[in-house]
Amino acid sequence: MSYLLLRHRDIPDIAKLDVYKKNGGFEAFKKAVTKMKPQEVTDTVKASGLRGRGGAGFPTGVKWSFIPNNIWPHYVVANADESEPGTFKDREIMESNPLQFLEGVAIACYATGANAAYVYLRGEFWPVASILDQKIAEMEKAGLLGEKLFGTDYSLRVYTHLGAGAYICGEETALLESIEGKRGQPRIRPPFPAVYGLYGKPTVVNNVETLTNVPLIVEKGADWYKSLGTADSAGVKIFSLSGHVNKPGNYELPFGTTYRELIYKYGGGVTDGRPVKAIMSAGASSAMIVADDKALDTPMEYAAVRTLGADLGSASVIIINDSVSLDWIISKTIHFFKHESCGKCTPCRDGTYWMDHLIERIENGGMTQENVDLLHSVAKQMQNKCLCPLGEFSTMAVTTAIERFPADFKASSSHAKTGTIAGGKHA
Amino acid sequence: MSLADKYPQEVKKIMAKYPPEQKRSAVMPLLYLAQKEMGYINKGAMEDIARMLDITSTDVAEIVGFYTLFHDRKEGKYRMQVCTDMPCALRGADKFMADLCANLGIQVGETTADGLITLEAVTCLAGCDRAPMFQVQSNDGLEYHENMTVDKTMELVETLRKSAKEAKK
Repeated sequence: MSYLLLRHRDIPDIAKLDVYKKNGGFEAFKKAVTKMKPQEVTDTVKASGLRGRGGAGFPTGVKWSFIPNNIWPHYVVANADESEPGTFKDREIMESNPLQFLEGVAIACYATGANAAYVYLRGEFWPVASILDQKIAEMEKAGLLGEKLFGTDYSLRVYTHLGAGAYICGEETALLESIEGKRGQPRIRPPFPAVYGLYGKPTVVNNVETLTNVPLIVEKGADWYKSLGTADSAGVKIFSLSGHVNKPGNYELPFGTTYRELIYKYGGGVTDGRPVKAIMSAGASSAMIVADDKALDTPMEYAAVRTLGADLGSASVIIINDSVSLDWIISKTIHFFKHESCGKCTPCRDGTYWMDHLIERIENGGMTQENVDLLHSVAKQMQNKCLCPLGEFSTMAVTTAIERFPADFKASSSHAKTGTIAGGKHA
Repeated sequence: MSLADKYPQEVKKIMAKYPPEQKRSAVMPLLYLAQKEMGYINKGAMEDIARMLDITSTDVAEIVGFYTLFHDRKEGKYRMQVCTDMPCALRGADKFMADLCANLGIQVGETTADGLITLEAVTCLAGCDRAPMFQVQSNDGLEYHENMTVDKTMELVETLRKSAKEAKK
């Protein structure tokens, strides 16, 4: 099968406007603007079964249909804040196939009646923002952005906005606050961005990968898209594979591919030929999956991954072999979330602080049942109490590691902390 | 000298991105512009930006404080920010960092005696498959360095040291 999202792997120069156009680029946008009503575009995306690729998996067309037609103007915001540990797919799309992503942004704008879009990139993607700025300028020159597009009354401007190093800005309301020039702290919801978003106006926030699917859906139709993947999860997905594998990298595969296939068929097997001990299916926010045969043979789709007590999320698959102890793994994830907690709500701000304190005590010779139980209890008490998903995410690996890998939290076990560099080549 | 006087074109371009009644949105791009000058943002620059956007300098300072890529004090010319998050650590980032400290003769958070390199441990940079990796933040922006070894990194440090010397001449 040829690539649908990572098309630069088939067509190396697809980032160039003439090459992209020669390969059907902007035909979908033109078709939408000149031949379709906005509602038809939304209905097509709805029928395709496309779900948000940023992690939450919410149906994209349904999200678009929430935009009310009695409050104006509307905005589209592309979430390019990609900051989840283990996730690096949006970066590859924007670096190497930026026009397909921008065409997706443009179509989303048309469908939702927006005349302006912002691409919010994490500050570390400074060079990526330069690429997008250049592509936007080329599109304006070629009449693909600007006033009265394709001879219609439709006008559209797209702008980039750089963040400056804050994981929380991947949460959509924090992201909107950040564009408004404020600290990136989540808003209390409702109201949801669809009604009260950027500058208090109806706003659609979509992930980069989600939007990159859209031109193909408009071009080839909902039925074609649904024919890919599984009944539960339509289409293709980019799996960011990292950790203890020989060939980490991005793998664009149909939904339904199993973990075993991802690790062994595509990822070149496990570092040092060791067995897989644990899988994190959705980056550092993920629950810890026991990598038994059942898990390895589980198809990667939204519903099936849930049966393992985890989520597909952004499909950032982190492989952990049996050379490390999970107490060390969670010391890393806790530290991350403590650093990234925005400080707005108490359960998250104080909870991550206390989890960090406790895991440090455990790592420094304090591996006792009492300390482990206390850590587990703090994590449990945070759950369902935080303002946004960050606080919840911070507890997932902690509770599931302690519950599913009890041997790693016994004083008698060896607690190896290691990461070997074993000739890992990236794809 | 105000940013608007110094970089009239850039400021105009930044302001044009946002609706005229929402100019506060320009605070982050303007801070990047100010930081380009000295590698950090001082009180004067914050007051200048506050005046341009009709907000208080406290509003600006809280943005500088919240986001990790804005700095309010002078440190090394180059900030070498190594990712030591879990996916990178599984590929040896902690050992890489320790070896790098030993080679540079500084600890994490410190700056080399010549004021060239400040070494920092940071969270995920979306380069997990190419660890060990780091970014170098300087007045000119950001640059990623991936699939790194300590030897390759020390070569880079030498190159930076040389170009800093040339620039001084």
